[in-house]
Amino acid sequence: MSAPDIAISQRITTQRALRGRKVDPANIIFEIALILSLLTSLGFVILLLATVFSDGVGVFQERGFGFFTSNLSRIPEQAGIAQALFGSAALAVVVVLVAFPLGITTAVYLEEYAPDNKLMTLVRLNIRNLAGVPSVVYGLLGLAIFVKLLGTDMAGGTGITGGRTIISGGLTLSVLVLPIVVITSSEALRAVPASLREGAYGVGATKWEVTKKLVLPNALPGILTGTVLSLSRAIGETAPLILVGAFYGTFFTTGDTGTLGKFTTTYTALPQVIYQWATEAQSEFNVELTSAAICVLIGLTFVANIAAILLRNRYEKRW
Amino acid sequence: MGDMTSVIDAPSPSPLGEPAVDLRGNSRRRWRETRVKVVLLFSVGITLAISVAIIASLLGQSIDFINSIPLDNLWNFDQWAPRIGDFDIATLFVGSLLVTAIAMIIATPLGLGAAIYLSEYASPRVRRTVKPFLEVMAGIPSIVLGFFAIAWIGPEIVQKLFSDASAFSLAAAGIGVGLLVTPLVASVSEDALRAVPLSLREASYGLGARKLTTVTRIIFPAAISGVVAAMILGISRAIGETMVVTLAAGAYGEANFTTNPLDVGMTVTSGIATLASGTDQVAGGAGTAASSAYNSLFFLGLLLFIVTFLLNVVGESFVRRIRERY
Repeated sequence: MSAPDIAISQRITTQRALRGRKVDPANIIFEIALILSLLTSLGFVILLLATVFSDGVGVFQERGFGFFTSNLSRIPEQAGIAQALFGSAALAVVVVLVAFPLGITTAVYLEEYAPDNKLMTLVRLNIRNLAGVPSVVYGLLGLAIFVKLLGTDMAGGTGITGGRTIISGGLTLSVLVLPIVVITSSEALRAVPASLREGAYGVGATKWEVTKKLVLPNALPGILTGTVLSLSRAIGETAPLILVGAFYGTFFTTGDTGTLGKFTTTYTALPQVIYQWATEAQSEFNVELTSAAICVLIGLTFVANIAAILLRNRYEKRW
Repeated sequence: MGDMTSVIDAPSPSPLGEPAVDLRGNSRRRWRETRVKVVLLFSVGITLAISVAIIASLLGQSIDFINSIPLDNLWNFDQWAPRIGDFDIATLFVGSLLVTAIAMIIATPLGLGAAIYLSEYASPRVRRTVKPFLEVMAGIPSIVLGFFAIAWIGPEIVQKLFSDASAFSLAAAGIGVGLLVTPLVASVSEDALRAVPLSLREASYGLGARKLTTVTRIIFPAAISGVVAAMILGISRAIGETMVVTLAAGAYGEANFTTNPLDVGMTVTSGIATLASGTDQVAGGAGTAASSAYNSLFFLGLLLFIVTFLLNVVGESFVRRIRERY
């Protein structure tokens, strides 16, 4: 073989090597494994939804709106979620009134006002850690502080929260979601560019004027997304409510208290009713009614989640 | 107008050479600034107060609990039955350990696989479609997964695979918790993988590495601290998960010591939840036996708080590490 021949054959080999086999079997197997793990997770979600829906749809077909307007009952055909829906809605109102203002103002201070010192670093660290505390521990906090400490006065009578009431439950859930509201609101505030603030300071605005007229309106979509998500988290929480005494059992009296009175008497909530029904022995309770109530709960949280995701995608600004 | 008067009323130049014009704006505006600041600081104070309240309420009653029972009662591998004065926390520890281990065996491959796929393989379109699904999955209330664990995971997976498994078991609870933790593991590790700079991928391809090599030998090692963080945060979440275990693990109010995941069992969290369920004297906290049962709630809460706190601190430090590097 002459030298040019070798050069040519080498070139051909190199070209072949470079062109390569288009298909890399190991890579394809790896990719398939990855897709499978993703599909398994999504598959479980779909299976869960399908199971719950197929078990629960019968209740809606037979009872229609009766399921939403009936009170708790020992008789499966009469049991409904009216009290649970009221309780969950009332808890949500307390969360909106307590956790949202507190959380958003905390975020505003931390992002706009806070000096860069050790105390503020500690506050930030503390909020991140609070977000990771298990929800059942918040239930214990609610039991010790809102139900026992604030629920009884010095003489042993009922105190300002009234013991095991919607107020105590709502305050507990507020404390639970507060760190989430702070963290998501902080992120939204941080996304507002500094040039906007500097422009306003340049024309003589004070810090609060800048915050109120420029930063907050621009961060509002992000803040809303975070608050909606934390509200859906609050509606779905069960463990803390067990501890602060959402009603477990069957109401014997039905709706004989006024609207305001309902905030200071026995109450229950949707996840609590699901828990109760799921542990009953009869299959009418632990399959059909539980599934139907879960459909309602999932419906509520999904609507909130999807609203939040859409809101974020719609108003996501590129600065 | 206010500004004008403040300029006119400004003090005359002092011999020390201070500015003649008061640049601080009018006093009404300054007063409002102070007021706002006080309100905001009050909110910040509340967040600190919450931590203090958690620790104070847990610690106080835990000390009462420790003082009220014989200490060898706490660790005898017998049973957890607080209503009759048996406080073996080893029962609950082993339960939590088993559930968390099973949960992570499920959540690690599912979450990490989904993360690698979404970050390295999926087209932007697929990513945009699939991510909201994972976010919705993360939003499923735990009570719902608990019901799914008794209705489907227990009978269709655990009992099909192991014929001697009981209808309610720690294994079913563990799988349920695993599904609950999967979106968290996926989202934290995907963030870590996407934080790896493009230049690393380009350099790898430039040297002739194929995709598989690039992903497993370059990107994964570069993102490893984020992946570790995802696992640690997942473990912390799994330990703290309550309702799935309360429903699916079967033990109610009391549990025997077991190391078999196919048995009925109890974790620290479900120990708290089932003890507080019901309307007996535990909830009211009256009587001596009942009050040490009532106080045991807070002792378990304290243990849970300490463990999850430490895990979260370690996890966060790993997250920060990858954020600082790139």
